Amino acid sequence: MRIVPFLITTAISAALVITLNTRLTIAGNEAPAFGSFLSPQHGFWQNAEPVSEKFNSDLTFQQLTGKVEVYLDERLVPHIFAEQENDAYFVQGFLHAKFRLWQMEFQTHAAGGRLSEILGDKDPRILNFDRNMRRLGMVYAAEIALQEVNKDPVIKSACDAYTKGVNAYIESLTTSALPLEYKLIGYKPEKWTNLKTSLFLKYMSYDLAGRDDDFELTNAKSYFSAGDFMNLFPAIQDSLDPIIPKGTVFEKQKVFPVAPLNVDSVYFNNQDQAFTESTKPDHDNGSNNWAVSGSKTKSGAPILCNDPHLGLNLPSLWYEVQISTPAYNAYGVSFPGAPGVIIGYNDSCAFGFTNGGRDVKDYFEIQFKDDTRQEYSFNGQWVKTTFRVDTIKIKNKAAFIDSVAYVQLGNDICPVMYDKSFSGNRSANQKYYAVRWKAHDASNELKIFTMLNRAKNYGDYQAAVTNLHTPGQNVVFAAKNGDIALRTQGEWPAKWKGQGDFVMPGYDTSFLWQGMIPQDEVPYQYNPERGFVSSANQKPVDDNTYPYYLGRDYPPYRGYIINKRLNAMSNITPQDMMALQTDNFDAGAAMAMPFIISNMKESDLNASEKKYVDILKAWDCRDEAGTTGPTVFEIFWTNFEHAVYDDEYAKAPKVIMRPFWSNLVDGILKDSAYKFLDNTLTPQTETLADMVTGALKKAAVELQQVEAAGKLNWEKYKGTGIKHLAKLVPFSRMDLVTGGGGRAINATKSDHGPSWRMVISLTAQTEAWGVYPGGQNGNIGSKYYDSFVDQWAAGKYYPLWMMTKEQTGDKRILAKMSFNK
Amino acid sequence: MKFFISLILTMLLSFAACLFLPWWSIAIAAFVVAALIPQKPFKAFLTGFVALFILWGGISFWISNNNDHILAHKVSQLLIKMDNPYLLVLTTALIGALVAGFSALAGSYLRKTK
Repeated sequence: MRIVPFLITTAISAALVITLNTRLTIAGNEAPAFGSFLSPQHGFWQNAEPVSEKFNSDLTFQQLTGKVEVYLDERLVPHIFAEQENDAYFVQGFLHAKFRLWQMEFQTHAAGGRLSEILGDKDPRILNFDRNMRRLGMVYAAEIALQEVNKDPVIKSACDAYTKGVNAYIESLTTSALPLEYKLIGYKPEKWTNLKTSLFLKYMSYDLAGRDDDFELTNAKSYFSAGDFMNLFPAIQDSLDPIIPKGTVFEKQKVFPVAPLNVDSVYFNNQDQAFTESTKPDHDNGSNNWAVSGSKTKSGAPILCNDPHLGLNLPSLWYEVQISTPAYNAYGVSFPGAPGVIIGYNDSCAFGFTNGGRDVKDYFEIQFKDDTRQEYSFNGQWVKTTFRVDTIKIKNKAAFIDSVAYVQLGNDICPVMYDKSFSGNRSANQKYYAVRWKAHDASNELKIFTMLNRAKNYGDYQAAVTNLHTPGQNVVFAAKNGDIALRTQGEWPAKWKGQGDFVMPGYDTSFLWQGMIPQDEVPYQYNPERGFVSSANQKPVDDNTYPYYLGRDYPPYRGYIINKRLNAMSNITPQDMMALQTDNFDAGAAMAMPFIISNMKESDLNASEKKYVDILKAWDCRDEAGTTGPTVFEIFWTNFEHAVYDDEYAKAPKVIMRPFWSNLVDGILKDSAYKFLDNTLTPQTETLADMVTGALKKAAVELQQVEAAGKLNWEKYKGTGIKHLAKLVPFSRMDLVTGGGGRAINATKSDHGPSWRMVISLTAQTEAWGVYPGGQNGNIGSKYYDSFVDQWAAGKYYPLWMMTKEQTGDKRILAKMSFNK
Repeated sequence: MKFFISLILTMLLSFAACLFLPWWSIAIAAFVVAALIPQKPFKAFLTGFVALFILWGGISFWISNNNDHILAHKVSQLLIKMDNPYLLVLTTALIGALVAGFSALAGSYLRKTK
């Protein structure tokens, strides 16, 4: 033995192995351990799924009570046939985990404020995000929801079976079979629990009913005069065509919310300011849904359509599935993380959702005796605080301990979300704000879906959706017997006019919510004479006849154009509905274009400016890919809006509510000498023509840069892309060639839009179509990872196949998975 | 002849070990083979190097080819900042080869007398 060379080479080998087995930080980024990551038998290569993969398997689980057969079709959609209903949920859980495990865990980690645990705190936004979620009471809300599940034996057994299915897959996982993201980030999946399912559903509540502008509006109210405020933030838009048409007679009012006597002095005229720059769920989390009755369709059968607009990610939020049990047979999209079909159809009917969008999250200012937060003042007495101590684990670091005060306001226990240690950048860290959020209340949302999946008629649908508390939704329904309906469902606080628009005093009961709108006063339509029902997140009712206050910020244009089109249509085919769902007409721009063109002082423009006016003039107000009109309009409008309002905002606090998009159009259409047109910072008085022409000149400068960068075409300017959940660009599908825009029915924006498009024709043999921008397999190395994206971007659909047990020999079947007990 | 036997043995032992053990068992496999079958240090290094170059390069190419290189296209952009599946296969092969080469060298010195 040559001791010296032996020792040296052994040391080199050991050093190599140790280095390659360590997660190194390269150029500021943590890299995976190269040895294990590159090893073809352990690392990422193991995730490269053969393109000819068949997925056939024969599995045995003692957790099952009967036999389950799963047929995967050529799009990798599973058709689950189970002898026992709960076995179907076991298998659904198993399949969700098999194809979407990383995403399920990542989303629930986000919901529960646990991202620091896997991502560390190098980026301070991560710990802030976690604290924000904990302080909002996401875990608290999920725990309350879980207690409700535990009280309901049917739902509990479904959740138990689902959780067992997920865990059966996790237990079967070897290190080399872990999803790629675990290998990259360097952690392992933990066991699934029913609490995680509750957390996931609360995440949907956060996404859909977790938005508020209370602090921004509070600042705006303090800054503007009362008149200007009403002008800039009106409760109703001129182009509103409500979900439930004007003239509908509502149930007799049974709850009478009363504004406190001191409401003007301490609330409406209070000049306090909050400062804010927080991140919030997307403002445009909305959707379209409608159903047309047989009287308007070519086949004589109703057609139901739905396209929920959400953040677009890979892997997708949705997973397509058919579940067939002795009790029901349903097809649609499911949430990886929860049992059942969420949006879809069964053998008797179809159902879909759009977001209700009402304000169900209000803030109350709390007065503590001192900074220890041990006692707070309520109704003139000092009351003891309870504390929830949150331990936020941080990767490679000591945990962060956050203690959040919970105060009892009336009957509700609310977290004091913002205090001196955490303002979420929304207040000046000097005051205490408790949040009263409807999603904290006990409810059992999963019940809706298990009931809808087996619904046979309107009565079943009604019984199902009245379980929906938060997030409140406009639930559309159509059945084979010809019924159509739409209920603006949810449990909503009954508010007095203006309640909760701003931060409210929380020192006594006077400003608290005074009750909920009774379920039988929920506005709805059932087989209306006009032959259709529709919703697109616009204000649900006309303010003059509905007794409760519904807030002020609702997008009007999609609802307006959908109703207009549906009114005019007859002899409708499913293909007509697909064309409507993917329609790119921008109704807001169409209302503005006439006054833009007629007020443009073309003689003041040079040749290159004139060129853009010509593009505008030729534009048909459609946000189509391959055209330049939408880009010119968008840039012009942004400059126009700034020119009109920036002088009013010149001395405003840093973060403040900007006027709603529709304000400027509505204001000018009502009065061409719209009050805010004049630039108050100049001596002369500007006219509409001055402002339009000035904005065009400014826009032209920007447009030339955009054009020089080759981005004048709308799809390039807009840049629609579907990002991987961890924002890794190579795992994303960026720069898709697709049209649409925020005010078009096809509300496809840069990272947000129709997350599932569905058209169901309820003929004797149901005909159904659908598509979502993703793929069934969340594995980045699978050809099914993004296999629907191009079809979606092109506005095309797949026929949805409700498979029957007799079709097991069908050539669309790719593989069979048997689950035996 | 020794070279080829060592080469084949290193490949087989590495492959088998990695079915049950972590990736670094290739180092042990190369070390053991080099210690059992004495060769000159440089030849031993070459045996380990070539064995794992072929093994890791071969497996990763085979996997990637069956995958139409879908994943390698994406991971190469992430890891080596260019879209080149073959370069990723080469990187994989070189990493395995280096580890096995040095381990085999160490193994050869264990047996080697002056």
